[in-house]
Amino acid sequence: MNAATFASPVASPAAPPHRRAARRVLPGFNLTLGYTLLYLSLIVLIPLSALVFKTFSMTWADFWAAVSASRVLASFRLTFGASFIAACVNVVAGLLVAWVLVRYQFPGKKIADALVDLPFALPTAVAGIALTAILAGNGWIGQYLEPRGIQLAFQPAGIVIALIFIGLPFVVRTVQPVLEDTEKELEEAAACLGANRWQTFWMVIFPAIAPALLTGFAMAFARAVGEYGSVIFIAGNMPMVSEITPLIIIGKLEQYDYAGATAVASVMLGISFILLLIINGIQAWGRTR
Amino acid sequence: MKTSIRLALSAIALAAASAASAQTTLLNVSYDVAREFYKDFNTAFIAHYKKTTGKDIKVDQSHAGSSAQARAVADGLAADVVTMNTTTDVDFLADKGVVAKDWRAKFPNGASPTTSTMLFLVRNGNPKNIKDWDDLIRPDVKVVVVNPKTGGNGRMAYLAAWGQVRAKGGSDAQAAEFVSKLYKNVPALARGGRDATGMFLQRNLGDVLVTFESEVVSVENEFGKGKVDAVHPSASIVTENPVAVVERTVSKKGTAAEAKAYLDFLYSPEGQEIAAKHNIRPRNEAILKKHAEAFKPIKLFTVDQYFGSLAEAQKVHFNDGGQFDKLYGK
Repeated sequence: MNAATFASPVASPAAPPHRRAARRVLPGFNLTLGYTLLYLSLIVLIPLSALVFKTFSMTWADFWAAVSASRVLASFRLTFGASFIAACVNVVAGLLVAWVLVRYQFPGKKIADALVDLPFALPTAVAGIALTAILAGNGWIGQYLEPRGIQLAFQPAGIVIALIFIGLPFVVRTVQPVLEDTEKELEEAAACLGANRWQTFWMVIFPAIAPALLTGFAMAFARAVGEYGSVIFIAGNMPMVSEITPLIIIGKLEQYDYAGATAVASVMLGISFILLLIINGIQAWGRTR
Repeated sequence: MKTSIRLALSAIALAAASAASAQTTLLNVSYDVAREFYKDFNTAFIAHYKKTTGKDIKVDQSHAGSSAQARAVADGLAADVVTMNTTTDVDFLADKGVVAKDWRAKFPNGASPTTSTMLFLVRNGNPKNIKDWDDLIRPDVKVVVVNPKTGGNGRMAYLAAWGQVRAKGGSDAQAAEFVSKLYKNVPALARGGRDATGMFLQRNLGDVLVTFESEVVSVENEFGKGKVDAVHPSASIVTENPVAVVERTVSKKGTAAEAKAYLDFLYSPEGQEIAAKHNIRPRNEAILKKHAEAFKPIKLFTVDQYFGSLAEAQKVHFNDGGQFDKLYGK
C-alpha cells in the first residue's frame, strides 16, 4: 500500500478530473467554451497584450538596456527571492494554521477562522503602514529589537515579513478544505497497521494535501511578486538593496518612461508565468505518479 | 408599478433640468500637498467670481502625486486647469497637445504664480546642530529624503544639494562628490513628500528631513507645533509651481474664460496672500516682505542657472544610467 493510493480519492482543487463524456450540467460545450475564451480574452489577455505591444515600441537594444540595468536586476533578485522565502514560510505556517482550524475545537475558533481572511480584505497599504509602525525603531516590537542590532523595518527582512502577511490566507484557504475531506479512517487504518504518528503524517496525510500545498505556495508566491502597497512602506527603497521591482516600474512611470516600465513589467510577468508553469507541471507529475 | 416608473422618469427629468441650469464647474487637477491651499483658495475664488460677474461657479479638486495626475489628464481626465509642482509635468501635457505649447507665456512669471524652495526640518531644539548643507554629510547625521526616481520632491532636493555647491563657487565634480556623500547618509529613500514626512516624524527615522518649505505648515498642522524646527540653509533652489489651462477640455466645455479667471486669481493679492498663509512663496514682492518671518531670505538659485532646464537635469541626473544611478552603482 503506497502513498498514491491514499492520495487518489482527494482531487486537487486546482485540477478537476477529466470526465467530459460522463455528464454535463451545462449544455452546449461549444457555447460554454466560446464564452470562456471570450471572457478570458476580455479580462486577462487584452490588458496583457497591451503591455506587450507597448514594449514593441522599443528597439531590442533599448529593451535589453532597460531590463538588464544593475538596479533592475537587483530588484528582480529581491522581489523573487523575498517572495520565494515568504511563500515557503507560508507553506509551513499556513499548514499549521489550517491543521489547527480543521482538527481542533477551541473557544474563539470562528474568530480565528475569520482572521485568516483579513489580509485578503485589508487594503494592503494599511497593512504596510501598520507593519512599519510596529517594526520601526520606535514601534512596539522594533523598540526592543533595534537596540539588539536587529533592524527589520526599511530592510529586506521587512519586505519578507510584509509578504508573509499578505500570502498567508492563500495557503490556509487552499489546504483547509482538503484537510477537511481527508478521512479520519485512513489515519486510523494507518495506526492499526502499526504506523507511528510521524509515518501517518508523512505517508498518509501529506501526500493527500501536497497538491493543495503546492497550489497555495504558487498563489502566495505570485501574489507576493506583484505586491506593492504593503511592501512599499516597509521597504527602505534603497537602490540595489531594498528596491522592489514594482517600485522600479512606478519610478519609470513617474518619469514618463512608459516603454521602460512595460519592458520591466513584461519580464516580471514572463518570469512569473514560467515559474507558475513549472509548479503546475510538478503538480501534474505528482498526480500521475 | 406605473407610478413608480413615472416617479423615476420625473426624477430623471428633474435631474437633467437641474444639471442644465447648474452653474459652471471647473476641475482643478493638482498635486498632493496643495490640497489644503486650494481648498482655501477655491472658497475665495468662488466669492470673488460671484462679486465680479454675478455668476455662481463651482470648483472641484483632484489631488494625487504630481506626475500621476499629469498622466491621468493626458489619458483623458477632464481637467479644466492643471496646477502642478514641476514644470516637467506641464511640459509632458504640452507634448501630448493637451495644454498649449506656449503655456509658459500665457501667464506672468513663466506661468508659475508661486514658488517654493527646499529646506531642512530638524527635531525640536535641533539636537544635532544642523545649520547648513555641509552638516548633512557629517558621519553622525542621518538624512531623510525622497527618491528622485519616484518623486518631484526628491528631484528638487537632489538638485538643491548639487546646486548649492555650485552657488558657493564649486565645480560640478565637487558637487557630485558632495551629493554622493549626502546620499550615503540616507538610511531609506521615501517614495514621495508625504511618505518622507511620515518616516521622519511617525517612524522617528533620521535627524533631518529635506523637503519643500511649504511642507512646514502641513507638518505643524498634522503633528502639532514645536515638534520640528525649520532650518534655512545658506543657499537653496527655486521650485516653480506651474499652472496651465487644459485646452482640450475648455474648448469642449466652453469654459476657457472661467479657467483663465481662475488662474488669474492666483496672481491677485488675495490669492497670493492665501498662498503665503500656506507657506508657498508668493510672487508679489509686497506680500513676500510682509511674511518675511516665514520666508527667511536665503540665497536662491534657479534650475536653469546650473542645470540648463529641468528636462536637461532629468536627462543628465535622473534617467537610467544617469548621475543618480551612479551613486548606487555596483
